[in-house]
Amino acid sequence: MSEPYSSPSSDVMIQFDRVVKKFGDHVVLRELDFSVKPGEFVTLIGPSGSGKTTILRLLMTLELVDGGTIQVGGEYLSHMERGGSLVPADERHLRTQRKRIGMVFQQFNLFPNMRVLQNVTEAPVRALGLSKAEAEQRARELLDMVGLSDKVDAHPTQLSGGQQQRVAIARALAMRPQVLLLDEVTSALDPELVAGVLSVLKEIARTTDITFLCVTHEMQFARDVSDRVMMFDQGQVIEDAPPDQLFTQPAHERTRSFLHAVIDRAV
Amino acid sequence: MDWDWEYAIDSLPLLAEGMLVTIELTVLGALFAYLLGLVFAMIRRVGVPVLSQFVYLFVEFIRSTPLLIQVFAFYYLLQPAIGVKLSPFLTGVIMLGVHYATYTSEVYRAGIEAIPKGQWEAARALSIPRSRVWTGIILPQAVPRVLPALGNYTISMFKETPLLLAIGVVDVLNSAKEAGAETFRVIEPYTLAGVFFLLVSYPASILVRKLERRVGTV
Amino acid sequence: MSDNLGRIISTLLEGVPVTIQATLGGIALTIVLALIAGLALLSKSRTVRFFSRVYVEGFRGTSEMVQLFWLYFVLPALVGLQIVPLFAGVLVLGLNHGAYGAEIVRGAVQSVPKAQHEGAVALNLGPVDRMRRVILPQAVVEMLPPFNNLFIQLLKSTALLYFISAQEITQKGEELRPALPMGDLTVIYAVELIIYLLLAIAITIVMRALERAGARRLGRKPPPRRKVFSSATAGGV
Repeated sequence: MSEPYSSPSSDVMIQFDRVVKKFGDHVVLRELDFSVKPGEFVTLIGPSGSGKTTILRLLMTLELVDGGTIQVGGEYLSHMERGGSLVPADERHLRTQRKRIGMVFQQFNLFPNMRVLQNVTEAPVRALGLSKAEAEQRARELLDMVGLSDKVDAHPTQLSGGQQQRVAIARALAMRPQVLLLDEVTSALDPELVAGVLSVLKEIARTTDITFLCVTHEMQFARDVSDRVMMFDQGQVIEDAPPDQLFTQPAHERTRSFLHAVIDRAV
Repeated sequence: MDWDWEYAIDSLPLLAEGMLVTIELTVLGALFAYLLGLVFAMIRRVGVPVLSQFVYLFVEFIRSTPLLIQVFAFYYLLQPAIGVKLSPFLTGVIMLGVHYATYTSEVYRAGIEAIPKGQWEAARALSIPRSRVWTGIILPQAVPRVLPALGNYTISMFKETPLLLAIGVVDVLNSAKEAGAETFRVIEPYTLAGVFFLLVSYPASILVRKLERRVGTV
Repeated sequence: MSDNLGRIISTLLEGVPVTIQATLGGIALTIVLALIAGLALLSKSRTVRFFSRVYVEGFRGTSEMVQLFWLYFVLPALVGLQIVPLFAGVLVLGLNHGAYGAEIVRGAVQSVPKAQHEGAVALNLGPVDRMRRVILPQAVVEMLPPFNNLFIQLLKSTALLYFISAQEITQKGEELRPALPMGDLTVIYAVELIIYLLLAIAITIVMRALERAGARRLGRKPPPRRKVFSSATAGGV
């Protein structure tokens, strides 16, 4: 890769630079550029299949870019510099980068072979090298924060979807990430369980300086917590504005029709 | 002791005779197993009193115990007891068939159970006669789906035939043994016997896998 | 029944330890080889996949009897090393069933949802921890029922050690047979078959207990209590 890329700067946490992602012949992201500042809460909205989740999966290195670069905190994510040029990252580089990033999934992805507490302590012990006691203390604090201090010894399968998702949030936070990716975290929940999860997230957003990138269909939530909302369509950001502006006076026709459809559905 | 091509080629005619016997055993044993297994499955399915329970116990007992001992018992005990004297070959065909019928009966059972209940109910709603339900609706759906499993068991049976050398069937392994006994050279005949099994069963298992992909499994 | 009854039973029982040793040894080797080859079948390296595929297809494709004869009669001629029958038996039982077990391991690992792998990546667990701490503990529970069938196949295969005179049950019975009248043959074969049946039931009881423990560990409902007889799945051999 010989083209010059913009140099990282300290007031940018996430930087997408001409990112291309394809699945076979299908181009999901076409030369996507955007950036997120440290501590910002940015929500991605848009029709399904528009590539929102792909952005999160690229940041979590569950997928690798086909073109362009991603930087997190000024460091290349899925590339590394070798001999003056950028080459695809190896597993070691990826593991260093992943340390700063956490993700909460639509389907929770808790480990069924571990009880709740161990779900939260496992990665701090194995990946961060915390002692078991330290990890447990951290886990208990976090589980207390998400309101599940009485469930530490439960099996994930014994919990409701909302409780499982709150464990998953605690599990991600236990890694002390700088960036937290939220991938439709309430889509798999029964309606009455959504509020509990969202209020936990609001509280975390309010009390920490974690940078959030969030994909959701919960428009009210997006409006309440986001610093910025990006409307996404066909692999491109078509509108990028503070929530009040985007939800009340969308500049783009696609945004308007999308919001109409979503809000009609919710009524 | 090194590999001797000349001797290997010399022993081929003798081995070929044994291969033919192995294939005959497999084909006849498999046909018997397909048929008897179907009988077992039908008895269990229809629920003939007493007989059904007996078949169940028989199937589980045969499946859980070694074929070799069943062959011995049939050859040295049962045949004299009922006053018949079958050839080792025929004994082999029958016991391979009986042993593997206990597997094929499970295959048929699973195949029939995989037919959605709605098919039976629809047939009843249309007042289709019972025999026609089986021949016209259930079996045409069940049979293609059980073919891969039957194929797998046939391959297993094929590889198990050499144990019949215990009662003197001259299959490919026994031929190899004879060739080795005459010349005191065992590498070539035994290796060729192994190659023979591989050359038949590997392509056969690929075919079964292809079939599996086409019709699904039960 | 005859006066020989006691002698027959005690002679057959003398073969039981060898049968059990061959079974347990074979099972141990099967587990080790199945895990190694099964994970190797999923390796990123083409070379590793190729060699494990050759092992699996080679041992599944040739007859167990041929493998036994090869190891016991050919190998000594090749390298001048005569193997103890029981050891040869354990080796062949393990190598053969390990090849079948490898496919079980591969299938079980692949059956663990991809989301579990991704969850582990997102927590920055390394490849070894992902497999050892997250994927395998879940896959093992899936392996238990097919391994139950495989181990019973292995138990049945120990009878083949008769051909290399390993002094197990089948051979003990055949040594008795020529000297005994017809009526006593009934005893020989009945006792032999019952011993194998009991051993098969013992294997199933242990495996079912492991299945229940595994299901509890994953927070699933334990599988319903079934009859101890094996009900092998179709195409499982």
